[in-house]
Amino acid sequence: MSQTVSKTPPPIAMDEKMKEIMTNYYIEAKTASDSGKRVAWITSGGPVEPLIAMDIIPVYPENHGAMIGASKMGGSLCEQAEAMGYSGDICSYARADIASAVTCGGPIGGLPRPDMLIACNNICGTVIKWYEVLARYYDAPLFIFDTPMCHTDYPEESKRYVQRQVHEYVSFLEQVTGRKLDQDKMEEVGRLSLEAQRLWQAVLDTATARPSPMTAFDGFYHLALIVTLRGTRVAVDYYRDLLAEMEDRVAKGIGAVPNERYRLMWDNLPIWYRLKWLSKKFAAHDAALVADTYNTAWCRSLRYIDENDFLGSMAEGYTRMYLNIGVDQMADTIIEMAEKYSVDGLVMHSNRSCKPYSFGQYDIQRMVRERLDIPCLIIESHMIDERSFSEAQTETRIDAFMELVEEKNQCKER
Amino acid sequence: MYAVGIDIGSITTKAAVIDDNGILGTRIISTGYNASEAGQRVFDELLRECSLKPSDIGAIISTGYGRNSVTFADKSLTEIICHGAGAHYLNPSVRAVVDVGGQDSKALLIDDKGKTKDFAMNDKCAAGTGRFLEVMARALEVDLDAFGALSLQSDTPCRISSICTVFAESEVISLISRGERREDIIAGIHESVAARVAALAHRVGVHPPLMMTGGVARNIGVVTALEKKLGMPVEVSSYAQVNGAIGAAVLALKN
Repeated sequence: MSQTVSKTPPPIAMDEKMKEIMTNYYIEAKTASDSGKRVAWITSGGPVEPLIAMDIIPVYPENHGAMIGASKMGGSLCEQAEAMGYSGDICSYARADIASAVTCGGPIGGLPRPDMLIACNNICGTVIKWYEVLARYYDAPLFIFDTPMCHTDYPEESKRYVQRQVHEYVSFLEQVTGRKLDQDKMEEVGRLSLEAQRLWQAVLDTATARPSPMTAFDGFYHLALIVTLRGTRVAVDYYRDLLAEMEDRVAKGIGAVPNERYRLMWDNLPIWYRLKWLSKKFAAHDAALVADTYNTAWCRSLRYIDENDFLGSMAEGYTRMYLNIGVDQMADTIIEMAEKYSVDGLVMHSNRSCKPYSFGQYDIQRMVRERLDIPCLIIESHMIDERSFSEAQTETRIDAFMELVEEKNQCKER
Repeated sequence: MYAVGIDIGSITTKAAVIDDNGILGTRIISTGYNASEAGQRVFDELLRECSLKPSDIGAIISTGYGRNSVTFADKSLTEIICHGAGAHYLNPSVRAVVDVGGQDSKALLIDDKGKTKDFAMNDKCAAGTGRFLEVMARALEVDLDAFGALSLQSDTPCRISSICTVFAESEVISLISRGERREDIIAGIHESVAARVAALAHRVGVHPPLMMTGGVARNIGVVTALEKKLGMPVEVSSYAQVNGAIGAAVLALKN
């Protein structure tokens, strides 16, 4: 541990703005029936832009799940789901969400009733069964947007198959709402979505600076808008201001971790109920988590989408999401990021909730070790089920991992 | 100069004192309820045994789960680094270490200086740990110290398929009620532990010369089963259980 006196960096000013936007967003969603608006529940990686263009309020059980986790209410909701008969091996977001739907439990008393459900399986297969349960429970129409896995490439047949679903998706929305999609508005929403994604990537890129003005833990908080409000002006304005603040911190040399000595990368979803603990734990070792695969998941498809033909190109972007590609490509992505952000070690959260994210981690770890020769750590948990977290064991693993990182760095300096 | 290493584990607390000429003494006590008290007591007892005074000790490093409760230590390090340093001290040719303790099992690769290059630890389940064996010994009403010798008398080990400690215990109970021989059940338990530990060891890529450390290394049945599973010789020092404390003392001496 460093002997220098630590100076706590000033809090990120935009934190407050985020709180305000998210509060308003949830108030609007929860009072949608009063304002005559429709509510769609949608998966985090789902194509949300057509909903925004049709003035439908998108609501994300996964974002709600993150809030449940951060409020440390995941364990009790998961327990309730288990009492209903859902296995403890199922994703903790799904368990907590289903329990919250039935009991109105959680930090905001449950989500507003859905008028429709949109499940896109580019993030996992669980969402299909999860949303089928919701569709039966709420007696709401369900649209499944099926994105075949892109193990190596995006073949022509996949392209045709997914593109066709874009049209079916729009027809579904038109049928449920009884309104036509306004093409001009759609293109405008698409442009705003891409702009927000570009700005979010630029925000994350500021972490290439030494010291890094933000950590992945900050990112996990500021991520909320790119998930819930991409395609709106609010998100664009927000990320523009956040970018300015981060650039200002870089210019002033303000680091998120005082005395930043080591730079690490995080893989998989956050452990929502342990963000503060983990953040302090790594900071105590003068380590900043400067990069991660989760925050970037909402902007890595940018390269596949044509700004001038959003509806015609979003199929590829949504199909080639991080969790819908092969393990080799995932490893390439991690290695590329590790080099870009100059990291000294990789921390992988083996998340028993998220099988597609956690499957392959041992292989990826091996590839990273072979190609970069940096220490790698695996921590086991469920992202919002705090009953699955073992503090003493995690602490020993982190301390031992940091001993290796320190040792490796000393060797480099010698 | 004398250096002391104190290793507070989940079941036992170990201490070792060394100087430039070698190991002067070691001590093992039960950790019990109060880790901090155990650390102090093991230190006092060790010094008394070796006729040393606290002022004779130049450096102290604590390790193990209770490492942060040893307030009089100069520094605390994780048991991973200490087991690497300890194994190297006992046999400098060793390049891989498998440590099976009370609630953790770990495998590490070390370099020619005893520095840990890489490690893997068990997931957060008690299968493949000392605690697992303790639970089984209770179910079988056999003293844990007799486990090793008994299992070597088995020619047809029973199969324990469950990796969960609680379920494995009920499996053992049903084997007992079926009239299976105690020796065969114990040999089956050892094979189950060895299988878990071997999977972990393969994950990190262990290779000979390999040393097994930790309290479970005292059990010849587990060691033999592990040799078979790994397909390589497993070296065990008479200091296996105090290896972490020795490693801590070695690092304290270096500092």
